[in-house]
Amino acid sequence: MITTDILIIGAGPTGLFAVFEAGLLKMKCHIIDALPQPGGQLAELYPKKPIFDIPGYPSVNAGELVDNLMEQIKQFQPGFTLGETAVSYTKVDDEWFEVITNKGTVHRAKAIAIAGGLGTFEPRKPAMDNIADYEEKGLEYFIKEPEHFRNKKVVIAGGGDSALDWSIFLSNVASEVTLIHRRNEFRGALDSVEKVQDLKNEGKIKLITPAEVTAIKGDGKVEAITIVKDGEEAYDLETDYFIPLFGLTPKLGEIANWGLNIEKNAIVVNNALDYQTNLEGIYAIGDINTYPGKLKLILCGFHEATLMCQSVYNRLNPGKKYVLKYTTVSGVDGFDGSRKEAEKAVVKKID
Amino acid sequence: MSDINIKITDREGVAHDVVAPTDMSMNLMEIIRSYELAEEGTIGVCGGMAMCASCQVYVINDPGLVEMGDEEDAMLAEAFHVKENSRLGCQLHMVEEMEGLEVEIAPYP
Repeated sequence: MITTDILIIGAGPTGLFAVFEAGLLKMKCHIIDALPQPGGQLAELYPKKPIFDIPGYPSVNAGELVDNLMEQIKQFQPGFTLGETAVSYTKVDDEWFEVITNKGTVHRAKAIAIAGGLGTFEPRKPAMDNIADYEEKGLEYFIKEPEHFRNKKVVIAGGGDSALDWSIFLSNVASEVTLIHRRNEFRGALDSVEKVQDLKNEGKIKLITPAEVTAIKGDGKVEAITIVKDGEEAYDLETDYFIPLFGLTPKLGEIANWGLNIEKNAIVVNNALDYQTNLEGIYAIGDINTYPGKLKLILCGFHEATLMCQSVYNRLNPGKKYVLKYTTVSGVDGFDGSRKEAEKAVVKKID
Repeated sequence: MSDINIKITDREGVAHDVVAPTDMSMNLMEIIRSYELAEEGTIGVCGGMAMCASCQVYVINDPGLVEMGDEEDAMLAEAFHVKENSRLGCQLHMVEEMEGLEVEIAPYP
C-alpha cells in the first residue's frame, strides 16, 4: 500500500506543480495518471508545440515545460502510479482516504487533489464490433514495455507521431513491423517520417497505405487482422499484436461517480477559499474544476495548486502557525537532503 | 470589420443561428465553445491546434472557405466520422467571406 500526504490524480502541469508547493510545506505527494508518462495533455497531445503564456517564458515547448516541472519537483521525491486510473475512493477514518486504481493499487492519503485536466485520457478505439474481446489479448492501445514485443509480429495503425515513433522503435525489437495508415501522407515529425521511409527501404518496416484495418480475427487472442487497401480486395494478415494509435479522448471516468458536484463535465469547487470540492478533504485544481469566472489556463492551475496546498497544510496542522515564505528568502529544502538558496551577498569593506 | 451570420447544427440536430465577430481572431471552434453548442470537454480538446479533431464539422453551405492546410488534412486522415465535406473548426478563422456559412458539428469522438 502506498501512503502519502496528498494524493494527486493527474500528472499534468497543475498536478506536477502541486508537488512543489506541497514540498515547500513539508508535505509528500504521490501522483496517479492514466498515461504511461507524466505531462498530461502537454506530453501526449502537443509536446513540440510552443506555449506563449507561461510567466517568464516568452516561449516554451510543452514537452520542455514538463521536463522543467519534473526537474523542479525532483527534490521533493514524488511517487508515481502511471498507466493506471483512480477508480474508487473511501474515507477510511478521520485521517485517511483510500483510493484504488483499475489495477488494484491501493493508495492512502490525508488529502486528495484531483488535477485531471479534461479527465482521463482514453485511447480512441477503432469502430469494430468485437474489439473489446481482444483488449490486452494482443490488442494494445499503449506500449508500456517494448520488450513485451520482442520477436513478435506487430501491426501498428495510425499516421501521427506515436504510430511513427513506435514503428521505428519496434523495428529493432519485433520480428516484423507493419504500419498501416489511411493515407500515404503522415502527420508526424519530418525526421520520423524520413526514418520510416528509410526503414521501409531497408525492409525493416512493412508499409501498407492507403489502407484500413477493418477486423480482428483470432481464437481468444489476436491472430490476424483484415486489411482493406485502396482498390484491392480485403485480405488477412497474420500478427501477434495489433496496436491502433489514433490518439486519445478525455473522459471524466470513475471520478464522476464519487459524489462530487459536477457541472458541464467539470468539478465544482470553492474558489473563494481553497478549491475544495463538496467532499471535505478532496480538492480539484486546474482544467478539471469549475467556478464563476474560471479560466482554463496553465497559469491559473499553478495558482490553484498553491492555494490548495496551503489549505491542506492548515487542515493537517490545525492551530500550527505558518507564515508564507518566499523561496528567495527561505530557500528550498528537498526531501532528498538537498538545499537550494540564494547566494549570500558579498560584503567587503572599502578602505 | 463586422459580425457575420452563420448557422451551426449541434450534435443533437438543433440548428442555431449565430452571430460571429470577425475582429477577435476567433475560429469556428471557439465560436462553438463560446455559444456552448457542444459539451465542454468534447470540443477543442487540443486547444485548437489541429491535433484532436474534436471540432470536426461538416460544411453544408460553403461560401468560399480557405483551402485546407496540410496539418488539417493530415488530422482528418486519422479522425473518425470523416466525410468529403469535413473540416476542422479550429482551422476556420472567422472572416467576412464566411457570411452565410452553414455547418453541422460531427459526432464525438
